Amino acid sequence: MTDFPVQKIREDFPILHQLVNNRPLVYFDNAASTQKPLQVIKAITGYYETDNCNIHRGVHFLSQRATEAYEDTRKLVQRFINAASSNEIIFTKGTTESINLVASSFGKKYLSQGDEVLISIMEHHSNLVPWQQVCLERGAKIKYIPIHENGELDMDAFRSLVNEKTKLIAITHVSNVLGTINPVKEIITYAHSYNIPVLIDGAQSIAHLGADMHDLDCDFYCFSGHKMYAPMGIGVLYGKEKFLEELPPYQYGGEMIKTVSTEFTTFNDLPFKFEAGTPNVEGVYGLHAAILYLQKLGLENIRNYEEEILQYATTKLTNIDDIRIIGTAKDKTSVISFLIGNIHPYDAGVIIDQLGIAVRTGHHCAMPLIGWYKIPATVRASFAFYNTIEEIDLLVEAIIKVKQMFG
Amino acid sequence: MTISEIQEQIVSEFSLFDDWIDKYNYLIELGKSVPLLKDTYKTDQFEITGCQSKVWLHAEYREGNIFFTADSDAIITKGIVNLLIRVLSGHSPDEILNADMDFIEKIGLREHLSPTRSNGLSSMIKQMKLYALAFKTKSTAGN
Repeated sequence: MTDFPVQKIREDFPILHQLVNNRPLVYFDNAASTQKPLQVIKAITGYYETDNCNIHRGVHFLSQRATEAYEDTRKLVQRFINAASSNEIIFTKGTTESINLVASSFGKKYLSQGDEVLISIMEHHSNLVPWQQVCLERGAKIKYIPIHENGELDMDAFRSLVNEKTKLIAITHVSNVLGTINPVKEIITYAHSYNIPVLIDGAQSIAHLGADMHDLDCDFYCFSGHKMYAPMGIGVLYGKEKFLEELPPYQYGGEMIKTVSTEFTTFNDLPFKFEAGTPNVEGVYGLHAAILYLQKLGLENIRNYEEEILQYATTKLTNIDDIRIIGTAKDKTSVISFLIGNIHPYDAGVIIDQLGIAVRTGHHCAMPLIGWYKIPATVRASFAFYNTIEEIDLLVEAIIKVKQMFG
Repeated sequence: MTISEIQEQIVSEFSLFDDWIDKYNYLIELGKSVPLLKDTYKTDQFEITGCQSKVWLHAEYREGNIFFTADSDAIITKGIVNLLIRVLSGHSPDEILNADMDFIEKIGLREHLSPTRSNGLSSMIKQMKLYALAFKTKSTAGN
């Protein structure tokens, strides 16, 4: 194992040190939401203790300070994902709102009868339903790139689905069910050769792989703070400036205006055009602290460690009889979905929970994907850099207990 | 036996269990026991969908009482279904409408009825009461 100081790191996460059903908590639900280090928690409480006020509109000192901190964080995010300009960083509630923003505004401006939007069958509902609904509204069609049994995208099918009617492609970077890392650079290059813009759902990739907008060259990229050790209720939409300039606003109100009369309104410049109302300033403070925390640990170190524990977990699980792993792509990151023989995932999850282990069971907001595999649900364990191999051993014991009880 | 008496009986049975393993082993046993519902009724029409597990429910009204049969694709859910049928089936619409299902909490399985569990159980109890209301209304109108 690499020399990753996991026990020291765990001391930064107070929530991990509790008992659940009289057993130490094992938190394996990181794809749903990650835990927060003290540094992030203190950033939020510190904000309310010394800095809180409304931003962008005050002349007084408190407002100046909080506004600076907010805009500094925007620049920090810009550097974190290597975007060309801070005008390309929009703060939102999260990935879902980011995608809804693009679907709504892009749909209004660019989608007409007979146009097509291409997504994949493995998408989370948040990168499926907005497109489905905007296509229904605009008379456009939504098409789905199929996958192979191992959970990899069928790239031949992808290429054959792209045609002159395709107006946008929206793909997840990493599947929250399968753990598959999709070949997004290849998809973006192909799409751009036909002048088709691409939106990437980065919810599951940002904390595990990082993101480089210059390298990817995607047109939109969305992620959530709470899946990268930052608070809930804060997220980012990255969009290339040329697109964000053209798109109409998504929500209207204070902050996103220049002038308002009783008849007419002119809209603010980027990025404020897309940030209506009072923002989640505490969330931005928390996001700032989370990015600094990740940078201190080093994304490369995180990635190496998480690859090791995923490999360990995969080997251990594969060695248990009757385990079927759903999602066996060559390139994966810290998610394992599995079935234990014919035992219903709900049943397995109940017993695993009794043993203090938090896994998720169900369709994981990916009903079309689960339906494609013709299974009722899966059990999903999803890891973060504060998980340990000892915890994985506990999961293995729990699975054996489940087999015993339902055998 | 009245609905309350049946619930007390179940609470007393469960009080014999020393730990959660025994409790769940018993539920699993109940869940694995004879099918509670004819396969012909395992259709969309009788399905109460939860996110996590499915429940199918069928009700018949005979001589003033309602008889329920039900099933689930998850064994623990099915075990609880078994208990709910034991409590509510064979009683009049009024008895069912007035029943509070506090035995579930008393045997320490309250979390299974939580909407967040999405296993169909809380919807199933609602549906059983709706059947009771429907049969009661129908029989009153018939008079």
